Amino acid sequence: MKKFWKTANFRLKAGLISTCFFLIIGFVVYFIPHTNPFTYNTYPNNLGVSAEHWLGTTSMGQDIVWLLIEAIHNSLMIGLIVATIGTVVGVLVGLLAGFAGGALDRVLMIITDTFVVIPSLPILIMMTSLMKGSSTVIVMALVLAMFAWAWPSRQIRSMALTIKERDFIHTARFSGESTLQIVVTEILPFALSWSLSNFMNATLSAIGSESSLAVLGLSPGNLVSLGNMIQWARGYNAVLAKRWLWIGSPIVATVILFVGLFMLITGYNDYQAKKRGR
Amino acid sequence: MKFKKFFLQRVLAWALTILIGVTFIFFIPRMFPSDPVENMIAQIQSRSGNMDPAEMDALRSSLRVQFGLDGSLLQQYGYFLWHGLLHFDFGPSLMSYPEPVGKIIGRYLPYTLMLCLTSTFIAWIIGNLIGLLAGFRKNKTSSKILEAIAIFIYPIPYFLVALILQIVFAFILKWFPLQAVINTKGGFGPWIASVVKASILPGISLLLLGTGWWIISMKSLASTTAEEDYVRYARFRGLSEFAIGKNYVMRNSILTQITALAMSLGGVFGGSIMTEIIFGYPGVGSLIQAAILQSDYNMILGCITISIVAIASATLIVDLIYPFIDPRIRYG
Repeated sequence: MKKFWKTANFRLKAGLISTCFFLIIGFVVYFIPHTNPFTYNTYPNNLGVSAEHWLGTTSMGQDIVWLLIEAIHNSLMIGLIVATIGTVVGVLVGLLAGFAGGALDRVLMIITDTFVVIPSLPILIMMTSLMKGSSTVIVMALVLAMFAWAWPSRQIRSMALTIKERDFIHTARFSGESTLQIVVTEILPFALSWSLSNFMNATLSAIGSESSLAVLGLSPGNLVSLGNMIQWARGYNAVLAKRWLWIGSPIVATVILFVGLFMLITGYNDYQAKKRGR
Repeated sequence: MKFKKFFLQRVLAWALTILIGVTFIFFIPRMFPSDPVENMIAQIQSRSGNMDPAEMDALRSSLRVQFGLDGSLLQQYGYFLWHGLLHFDFGPSLMSYPEPVGKIIGRYLPYTLMLCLTSTFIAWIIGNLIGLLAGFRKNKTSSKILEAIAIFIYPIPYFLVALILQIVFAFILKWFPLQAVINTKGGFGPWIASVVKASILPGISLLLLGTGWWIISMKSLASTTAEEDYVRYARFRGLSEFAIGKNYVMRNSILTQITALAMSLGGVFGGSIMTEIIFGYPGVGSLIQAAILQSDYNMILGCITISIVAIASATLIVDLIYPFIDPRIRYG
């Protein structure tokens, strides 16, 4: 651990600290018992900053701090679910295409390439606008996951294609290992480091897509997410009323979360590249 | 001959992308329980009170034809491909019934294209220039600062940058109106002036994020290229840093960036939709938002079909230009 901290670059360290901070808020602080932050008129409306309400309350009498914590929790949840599905499906499809070859490979790659270039936001708008408000977190995550598998599967396939021809794979094959065994024991370790960086990237883009849809009013109406929190503040004219803490806190939280995650990704990639070079 | 093969392959991929994309958006709504015709009838009823049941049935079947919802699923699919995809005829709009959807999109699309293409083009040039400088001279403090700024801006979602700019420049500083206003009555001069004024903030949002990405990617490309043997050799020959940067580093790294440009267009379009909505800029984004609010399914379907065609075509164009720029590829 100490050695890692010494060799890690600044971006990796800063990204790691910021991301851990958000994970702690979203998955530890979140479980401290508190009243449901979404319920209207729990507290007086439009309170300012106080010891009891660190960021004040909204014009519907919700505590902003707890609303924000709930939003961070839900946004991270969506991001993690989408990234998990996308990475698992992507790795499986990529390995399958890379190893099966032939017609199956070609068909899979045509579909994958289409999903890589197809504009995801318009299609997401189409799908969510049909569910308008009636969708749940899980449905939302599943919809977002439809666009999260294509890129990893493409990358993993080309990785599989180059690894497939290396000597140690031939050795493994001649010594009687089955294809599945080879994939699990010989190929997967190679794909894992890349998948980790892709996983973080997918988390980032899923949270981004959800909040974009929220601004369009297409995220589930009762889901407290970062995007919805910004959208509600906009909808209740927090800007015109100069309630900066209300609209500002989810904006600042989103910006820090995204920049931190992005630094973690690029820092991690640099770190891995350096480690390989050494 | 080789170019012909390359050309055919790309065109085939283009057609497939569009076909798979629109097939997707055709079948997905049909898997949902909500029926646009029943929704529309409900809306008409709530507007005009009770109607005669016979009249209702007549209306229902005529709406079914207009929405392309009569006949079997396969017939509907064929109808959609023929009318929607090939003729951009998506039936009447519900928001401004009975004006056809295609005609309304035709009015809004140029604004989006103008905003998207200009900002993408400018961002690509500025970002690559800065990225080139930063990668070529990566030990200078200025390079590090520029990259740090790019890393800070790029990951933020489009709508958030737009929202922050709106709060700062339109609300606090009051340099721009909160919502875009386009002057359509005063002739060409006032029109273009109002369009430019309305495009500045949305354009800057798209520009900031676009430039950020090109700086980051070009910097890493240029710094790898700058360590190649031929660059070292050029330096030993005594070429000026400017000549090395321009003729060796830039020409070799820019090629990757052209492919990346083709890949990025879909994302830019999505970003443009979000930015337009925040600023009320009269493009396809605002149209989609209005259509969502009023459940205008024909309009949503039309906007999204045209978006897919537009992005796939722009990608195709960039792809086809590529061999003419890369001297290593010659299709004679």
